[in-house]
Amino acid sequence: MKAVVTVMLKEGVLDPQGKAIAQALHGLGFAAVGEVRAGKRIELELAETDPARARAQAEEMARKLLANTVIESFRVEVA
Amino acid sequence: MRAAIIVFPGINRERDLAIALERSTGRAPRMVWHKETDLAGIDLIAIPGGFSYGDYLRCGAMAAQSPVMGAIRAHAARGGHILGVCNGFQILTEAGLLPGALLRNAALRFLSMDCHLRVERADTDFTRHYQRGEVFRAPLAHGDGNYFADEATLDRLEGEGRVAFRYTTPMGETTPGANRNGSARNIAGIYSENLRILGLMPHPEDLVDPLMGGTDGKPLFDSIAALAA
Repeated sequence: MKAVVTVMLKEGVLDPQGKAIAQALHGLGFAAVGEVRAGKRIELELAETDPARARAQAEEMARKLLANTVIESFRVEVA
Repeated sequence: MRAAIIVFPGINRERDLAIALERSTGRAPRMVWHKETDLAGIDLIAIPGGFSYGDYLRCGAMAAQSPVMGAIRAHAARGGHILGVCNGFQILTEAGLLPGALLRNAALRFLSMDCHLRVERADTDFTRHYQRGEVFRAPLAHGDGNYFADEATLDRLEGEGRVAFRYTTPMGETTPGANRNGSARNIAGIYSENLRILGLMPHPEDLVDPLMGGTDGKPLFDSIAALAA
């Protein structure tokens, strides 16, 4: 199975990268762009065939390594 | 005083740290490759600055999972001393040995300049050769040094006297301008609960000889040298 882990900075944690992207977009004339937040997408190939177990594995990987839960939140999608 | 310097792939400040430690302790530190797992007989573990594992995923995230970390955790559990500078500080937070995290600098720029640090307490094993409230100069060289922790953690750190150094003006004022990377409450370095682990972003090891332009960082290493015979 494939699991996709999306990691984002938590609400309230300053995202200077997102801010810089927003400024650059405004500079390009995309004046209607409001807040921009940037994160990471990590794709995992898993040997597991059961979706629930695959999700549990990916969530454990996210907690232990893929995300730093002091500053980041994550979402797992399994396909 | 037997010191070990942990060398991860991508680290680049290990020699600076070795020079500073040897100068104060009179003994060359043992260089320990990240795949080693035996740190028996070591008094101080020093984790240098650099870009371990290319800063992949997050600064320090990969190093925090490397083979040597088991021995570092065991050393911490024994009450051993650990000094983490720059990437070393990031590694200690990623490993959970110090609270909080280091975010991208608020202005997004890599900072390569001197800063001024105020010594918040001079009664720890790392600061006995400074005075409380003393301000000293230290080079900064990082892209991700913006200290972050939730308000409750920050309050606890302050309450327990675990803020080691703050970014200030040369006069010791904690202004926003002196806080180049945007760190919470101007925090440049913090201690563990038992005050035996110190992590800081600036590089005191790069000011330990007049030839380097100053000796502002030397008292930190002189304090360490006094730890054990």
